[in-house]
Amino acid sequence: MEVPILKQGSYLIATVQGALTDADLLELRAALLERVVRMRSQGVILDLTALDVMDSFASRTIREIADMIRLRGAATVIVGIQPEVAFAMVQLGLTLEEVTTALDLEEGLAYLNQKSKEARI
Amino acid sequence: MVRKRNEDVVVFTQNTTIEATESNQTAPRLLRELVAHLRQNRTPLREEWVRRITEAQLLTAMSKPEIFAEATSVYDSYVVALETGTFEALQNYARSLSERIIPRGVETHEVIGIVLLLRDVLARSLFAKYQGNFEELNRILDAYEPAANRIANTVAVGFVQERERIIRQQQEAIRELSTPVLPVRERLLILPIIGVMDPQRARQLTEQLLHGIRTNRAKVVVIDTTGVAAMDGTVANHLVLTVQASRLLGATVIVTGLSPEIAQTLVTIGVDLNKMNTAGDLQGGIEQAERLLGYKVIPIAEAS
Amino acid sequence: MAADEVRVAIKLGFSSGDITLIATAISELARNILSYARQGEILLRTVDGSNRTGILIVASDEGPGISDIRQALRDGFSTSGSLGMGLPGVRRLMDEFEITSEPMHGTTVKVKKWKQ
Ligand SMILES: Nc1ncnc2c1ncn2[C@@H]1O[C@H](COP(=O)(O)OP(=O)(O)OP(=O)(O)O)[C@@H](O)[C@H]1O
Ligand SMILES: [Mg+2]
Repeated sequence: MEVPILKQGSYLIATVQGALTDADLLELRAALLERVVRMRSQGVILDLTALDVMDSFASRTIREIADMIRLRGAATVIVGIQPEVAFAMVQLGLTLEEVTTALDLEEGLAYLNQKSKEARI
Repeated sequence: MVRKRNEDVVVFTQNTTIEATESNQTAPRLLRELVAHLRQNRTPLREEWVRRITEAQLLTAMSKPEIFAEATSVYDSYVVALETGTFEALQNYARSLSERIIPRGVETHEVIGIVLLLRDVLARSLFAKYQGNFEELNRILDAYEPAANRIANTVAVGFVQERERIIRQQQEAIRELSTPVLPVRERLLILPIIGVMDPQRARQLTEQLLHGIRTNRAKVVVIDTTGVAAMDGTVANHLVLTVQASRLLGATVIVTGLSPEIAQTLVTIGVDLNKMNTAGDLQGGIEQAERLLGYKVIPIAEAS
Repeated sequence: MAADEVRVAIKLGFSSGDITLIATAISELARNILSYARQGEILLRTVDGSNRTGILIVASDEGPGISDIRQALRDGFSTSGSLGMGLPGVRRLMDEFEITSEPMHGTTVKVKKWKQ
């Protein structure tokens, strides 16, 4: 299932709609990178509210997405991870330690706004 | 107590098996006769039953009119069950009866006692009626016994099931009470853990906390372990997983009041305590939380 | 991929939290089969214990096998440059874990989760 990416100001918002295949994930990675560069985005929000299983591959890909976006000077926030999914992830040993997380879209936006405010000072 | 309840069930299940071997063809006619007899003598038989219940000091938590009212309902459902061979109505009645009397402290043995008494009262009345005709008496008892056993079984099992359901519900409620997730102020949750932590409780706590974070939109959680003396490795590990899972939801966890023993357990299972946000006591944890939330903490001396 | 399997677990009355754990484990096992053995199968069965019911998942393949199982079960060990979290993670996600493997002949992982 393709992940739609919306532009909001200088941010990109990618909202996962349901289960993702490996191919979907790789496609998402490519699409996000391409757009971050082309649109000079300062931040990316990846909304995982609709995702009900996250295995090692998905987790690794998300980490890679965040890393690559950082290298292009933008920040990534993962939002919407469900309680059950979060618990399964940490049991699997996937803590996404290097990645910023927030409760939902609103919190994710607040985080990015805060960050760009700090950068301007 | 659990053991006793289980034994009760076993006893009645055995009775049910006997029933299967004793059924015979003449049963329907005899059962019809039996039902007619029970209908005709509804009043004296009910009265006798209630008298025996009182005599045996059963259902002492209930008043006499109450006993009589319930006895009437059981009696009528009993006759219907005998007549139709369907136990649904009786089962439903047994459930609702149990629901009403369990909170008043009626015990399993009392319920089993009263159904057995009813069986006895009815059997005696059959003896009296067929005194002169021994063969007919035997036949009617043969038809009556299995049905009566099955009825007793239905009522008793219904009661025991209801009781177990209520006990489970209560345990659930107690568990929830013992791990309250407290929203102390906007975006801040406090989870004071008190008492013995076993894996089951730890699991429940995690579930409550993670859902609590979502529903309260919490950004910071203070888990206070002051009330926990010790944790084994499994539970300590669970605590770590909970902290990590909370972060995935976007909340920062501060653990306060770790006893030296628990801290030691955490180190033993390989937790880097420097990576965990900790504070000596709950107060320190709340202050740390408020700083994270961007509130200014003013020392009491300065404020006044 | 795991949707049908998960439906079995729902029927068994697992909590949504457990279903997520089970689905994640199945996903990891399937992924290992695809990466290392190319093909294999995953079977699901309900199991009855003395006083509980659960789900049994058997993931088996006739791939290259694992030469050092102990090493493969260690967090972070991977021969494919991946995270090396799959097998040790599945072990933590489930209640019972059993692995047999013979180099050149294949690997079978059996895991169980009991209903709470
Ligand atoms: N079905 C299998 N057949 C052959 N080798 C396997 C199989 N499953 C696992 N292995 C071996 O065991 C190692 C550890 O597996 P594990 O799933 O823990 O990590 P991974 O697959 O390397 O990484 P991750 O699952 O985190 O992406 C693998 O690198 C591989 O060498
Ligand atoms: Mg793997």
